[in-house]
Amino acid sequence: MATETVAPACEEEAAEIVREAAAKGIHLEIAGGGTKRGIGQIFQADRLLSTAGLTGISHYDPAELVLTARAGTPVAEIEAALAENGQMLAFEPGDWRGLFGANGIPTIGALAAANISGPRRLIAGAARDALLGVRFVNGAGEVIKNGGRVMKNVTGLDLVKLMAGSWGTLGLVTEVSFKVLPRAETETTLVIHGAHEDEAANLMAAAMGTSAEVSGAAHLPESVAKRSGLDGGSATVLRLEGFPESVAARLGRLKAALRSAANASEMDETASKSLWADIRDVAPFAGTMKPLWKISVAPLAGHDVAAMILREVRGEAFHDWQGGLVWLQLDEEGDASAGIVRSAVAKCGGGHATLIRAAEDIRAVTPVFQPQAAPVAALAERVRAALDPAGIFNPGKMVWNGGRKAA
Amino acid sequence: MNQIRFLDPRPDIVARRDEIRAGLAELVPADCLVTEERELVPFETDAFTAYRRVPLAVVLPETTEQVAAVMKYCSANGVPVIPRGAGTSLAGGAIPQEDAVVIGVSKMSRILEIDFENRTARVQAGVTNLRISDEVSADGFFYAPDPSSQLACTIAGNIGMNSGGAHCLKYGVTTNNLLGVKMVLQDGTVIELGGKALDAEGYDLLGLVCGSEGQLGIITEAVVRLIAKPEGARPVLFGFDSSEVAGACVADIIGEGIIPVAIEFMDKPAIDICEAFAHAGYPMDVEALLIVEVEGSDDEMDAMLKKIIAIARKHDVKRVKESQSAMEAATIWKGRKSAFGATGRVADYICMDGTVPLGQLSHVLRETSNIVDRYGLRVANVFHAGDGNMHPLILYNVNDPEEAEKAEAAGAEILKLCVDAGGCLTGEHGVGIEKRDLMLHQFTETDLNQQMRVRAAFDPSWLLNPSKVFPLDLEMRKAN
Repeated sequence: MATETVAPACEEEAAEIVREAAAKGIHLEIAGGGTKRGIGQIFQADRLLSTAGLTGISHYDPAELVLTARAGTPVAEIEAALAENGQMLAFEPGDWRGLFGANGIPTIGALAAANISGPRRLIAGAARDALLGVRFVNGAGEVIKNGGRVMKNVTGLDLVKLMAGSWGTLGLVTEVSFKVLPRAETETTLVIHGAHEDEAANLMAAAMGTSAEVSGAAHLPESVAKRSGLDGGSATVLRLEGFPESVAARLGRLKAALRSAANASEMDETASKSLWADIRDVAPFAGTMKPLWKISVAPLAGHDVAAMILREVRGEAFHDWQGGLVWLQLDEEGDASAGIVRSAVAKCGGGHATLIRAAEDIRAVTPVFQPQAAPVAALAERVRAALDPAGIFNPGKMVWNGGRKAA
Repeated sequence: MNQIRFLDPRPDIVARRDEIRAGLAELVPADCLVTEERELVPFETDAFTAYRRVPLAVVLPETTEQVAAVMKYCSANGVPVIPRGAGTSLAGGAIPQEDAVVIGVSKMSRILEIDFENRTARVQAGVTNLRISDEVSADGFFYAPDPSSQLACTIAGNIGMNSGGAHCLKYGVTTNNLLGVKMVLQDGTVIELGGKALDAEGYDLLGLVCGSEGQLGIITEAVVRLIAKPEGARPVLFGFDSSEVAGACVADIIGEGIIPVAIEFMDKPAIDICEAFAHAGYPMDVEALLIVEVEGSDDEMDAMLKKIIAIARKHDVKRVKESQSAMEAATIWKGRKSAFGATGRVADYICMDGTVPLGQLSHVLRETSNIVDRYGLRVANVFHAGDGNMHPLILYNVNDPEEAEKAEAAGAEILKLCVDAGGCLTGEHGVGIEKRDLMLHQFTETDLNQQMRVRAAFDPSWLLNPSKVFPLDLEMRKAN
């Protein structure tokens, strides 16, 4: 990792730094608050290019449902401004500091670059769906604008989506525009106690098939449920948000549709909020360095994937996104069991698994991101080179090089 | 009319026409290849009918493998390819040229798999938009994006243009409802992006492909998201004394924390035209109309409508009409959805598609009217107000060349106005050939060159859907 840090105070200064780096072949590590630096392959960089100096909300008119901010703006500052106006980032981004024991300040640019979405992603879309526009500095040091601050925009190629989830390997994001939505007036959570994994999968699928507009569907096995204060065995939790009249009406419909689940209870707004914050932040697996996998599969396949892996290695898992997102933590710190994890994903209909957390020596010998089919990997590399021809941004962070030392 | 230019057909390709047709005939069954001049005519344009170019040949493959074989052949022989769905593009996104082979997906129209538990449908790309919703409706589901052409337009075309519709305020546009594709790259390579999982791995190439106007590859299959139907839906009509007040009411509804499933706007000329055609019972003594639709159970809709009506009253709403039955609701929507067709009966028109930030609605409506006045033309506004996607219809007489030129010039000014107000040139119709030369008003040359370099990562020889999206001189520089 880089030792020297540069923190430009404006976009043009950032572009100048990149131009110099491109000319001299200087490799740059891009970071905001540095709270997610531990994610990805190990790579070498000469300088750390920080967005810490690029801060502030540049445009926010609540009636437009769009907020524009510079990349280094703390997420907390943005959430506070939105809350003041009864609005929110609907994709419910998690705060992953607990996962890494990080002390930095998460920034809005990093949320975009990592495409981090929480439980509501199931019905409200991911960070990439809410991201309407970006400004970024490409590998040649040119400032590029793409998208905008309107909700419907099909003008030109959508590089906004490309920047979301690119982990700083395509450019330095300097400004982002996110679509925002009104906060729900209230929420409640229906908890079904003691359902087996497969039974829970069916319950969640049934719930999502109703008109109740469930905005969070997760399953916590007994050990995980306990840590969030839920007794009575495993917990299958279904969240409803909206106006009080609407939430009450939909809760009625949901309960009617899930009559078979006899052992159920409801959570009040405060308890519900706290539970979903835990799920959002992956709190059950915080405070350790045990390997943590984020597995994305078809919702109904989630429990099969987890069961298949946990038959071979010790650990525990919980399921968000109706089962489509499996958070799986392994007990053994020294082995990520990537082969077992990815073969289970492949056997259960496909998807992908990312090693979100593991010690450096584990990541040095493990493909952190899901390896892609050869033609797709080749295409992705051509796309990367179209944005950063000299390969100066986070070089190798997303690409597995077979465990060889980065050049 | 100022003619929109195309790249010159490559003389070497045109000269090899018979050889190329024969080459294609070896790759697909005889009934999948069109080469007769008379039969090529229906493919000479799309819904942007002012421009027509007869293609060299049209291939209508039945399988991904056939698409791949044709793409490989065209790549090896330097033949431009024009992907085509149902040909409903309003921006000229599927207009071919004399040296190009059209690859149409209309024969690939099967629904391959419906998976209610994961709420996905896997379809061949030539399936029509509405067919997906029809297929799953009885089980209580639907596919959300609903462009006005949904009866005819294909999923391939929807993905190419990232199509929207009236209900995307709540449910998003195509890119938000697309989970995966199978596609053929320009060199014939078949790749799959995404699938049934909610997020795909690596770079979001799926997001890049969606809305790329057929310049990155040909989509042959798609996995789309299904959504459980709401218990009920009910529109309410509001009539206002001015467009500005209606615009302010939209901003207030949203500012109050209410997201209806749709908010549609019509001004007086649009109301007159639609009412004469659809007899929807629209009030005739108002200057602007809003159709606000909410969803849910009866109780939920009552509660929500109560809040919305209270906001409208604060803006001195002149007429309030709640639909009392499903039939009445359907009539209200029939008026709106037939707006383009109904307008076509009273005059020729060009339809603009800019999007503006919601706070700019009133300003842009006023300026639009000033621009059109200055050209001595008429305009009818009917659009998706909830997401700021404007559709001014500029009325003119197509047989009057001077008026046609004025209409085009007024349209260009309106689009620049949208961009200057913080918006964009096109919200859902796409750039095509129509808005190609306005791109430099929204983007810098540096921005566009970056987009073109990314495009070239998919199609280095610049053979897919040429003459579209990017200003022609930039494209010519890039292609050489």
